[in-house]
Amino acid sequence: MYQFNFQPVLQNLDLLLYGAWLTVRLSLLAMLFGLIVSVLGAVAKTSGIRPLRWLVDAYVEVIRNTPFLVQIFFIFFGLPAVGVSMSPNTAALVALVVNVGAYGTEIIRAGIESIPRGQIEAGRALGLNPVQIFRYVVVKPALRNIYPSLTSQFIYLMLTSSVVSVISANDLASAGADLNARTFASFEIYLVLTVLYFLLALGFSTLFAAIRRMFFTYPAGR
Amino acid sequence: MIREFSSADILFIVTAVRWTLILSAIAFVGGALGGLAIALSRSSQNRVLRRIATGFIQVFQGTPLLMQLFLVYFGLAVVGLPIDPLLAAAVALTLHASAYLGEIWRGAIEAVPSGQSEAATALALGYRDRMRHVILPQAMRIATAPTVGFLVQLIKGTSLASIIGFTELTRAGQIVNNATFQPFLVFGTVAALYFVLCWPLSLLARQIEARMRRALMR
Repeated sequence: MYQFNFQPVLQNLDLLLYGAWLTVRLSLLAMLFGLIVSVLGAVAKTSGIRPLRWLVDAYVEVIRNTPFLVQIFFIFFGLPAVGVSMSPNTAALVALVVNVGAYGTEIIRAGIESIPRGQIEAGRALGLNPVQIFRYVVVKPALRNIYPSLTSQFIYLMLTSSVVSVISANDLASAGADLNARTFASFEIYLVLTVLYFLLALGFSTLFAAIRRMFFTYPAGR
Repeated sequence: MIREFSSADILFIVTAVRWTLILSAIAFVGGALGGLAIALSRSSQNRVLRRIATGFIQVFQGTPLLMQLFLVYFGLAVVGLPIDPLLAAAVALTLHASAYLGEIWRGAIEAVPSGQSEAATALALGYRDRMRHVILPQAMRIATAPTVGFLVQLIKGTSLASIIGFTELTRAGQIVNNATFQPFLVFGTVAALYFVLCWPLSLLARQIEARMRRALMR
């Protein structure tokens, strides 16, 4: 009969909680930079400049059709061979940004294309200036359309970020792996880690829902 | 000893593709059975069943696949089974696929207009006949594109089995890299092989989706 031993986990809970904070920080940074990459990618894709579009298409397809684990190996182990060396933490952030940027590009492109031309013309007919049109007629409705897919992509990113522990970047999964190497209470440690990730996912989705209520409910709360 | 990245290494990596495919196939077939059970429970009248299915989906979609793999891997010892990477990976990926396919198929079942179900009930069809002959055939068409899309996600997901020591494509790459120390070439090759597996499926999913959209617009 298996003897459960939660003692090592409970004694080192502070280490795991610190790891959870690192995962939150890493995810938030990756979301921020990933969003920037996504917007640039989407703009490039809808720009009508052919070579630019092909480049973005190639980026999106390559990233979406290869595993994140292989991407991070390539960035962390492969790139130094061509002179680009990064610390594990930097490589982890870069890999996450590159990864989420590809998915985000597609999401934001769909958002831009979801605004009918007539809506922009209607804005003009109402006498809005170009900045107002861009802000209230294009960006806000587009954001509202893509918000659900964008935020679930971000939560998926947070869960995926656990993979950065394979290159010993600092995060929750790494904190668990270190603890496991010292105490060997493997099942108990990974059970607690899983619960912590679940709580993080729950926290993020609560946060995203609150942001949606604040900014994207019409007509109130503009 | 560091040796050259030779054709034998490439062959080793390419033949490892079969373990990626086998693992994907096991998880997909297992996940299809589990997913159907989840989808039917989730859209059933029974409240307890619905609750269990919802919880299952929430847990597996709200936690990292990597943690699920570790939990099953170390969990085998807890239930007294020998620790085996293939078994652990197959079980974890099957559960993972069950949750995702269950959620996709629930959406497809609920997307079939309720009039269809009501008409079938009016024709005195029982639950089984209603599902088998009326709802599921229509839901299947709706679900095809996202299911193929998930298959891509599943094939990529099998790469994580390398972390618990199962030798599939990614781990074959790691082994070759440790011997040759040509990470750029090795992981480039590994990535290219995944791309060859996944890209056609992605294109297929997109094509089916476009065809469905055109059919709906008519």
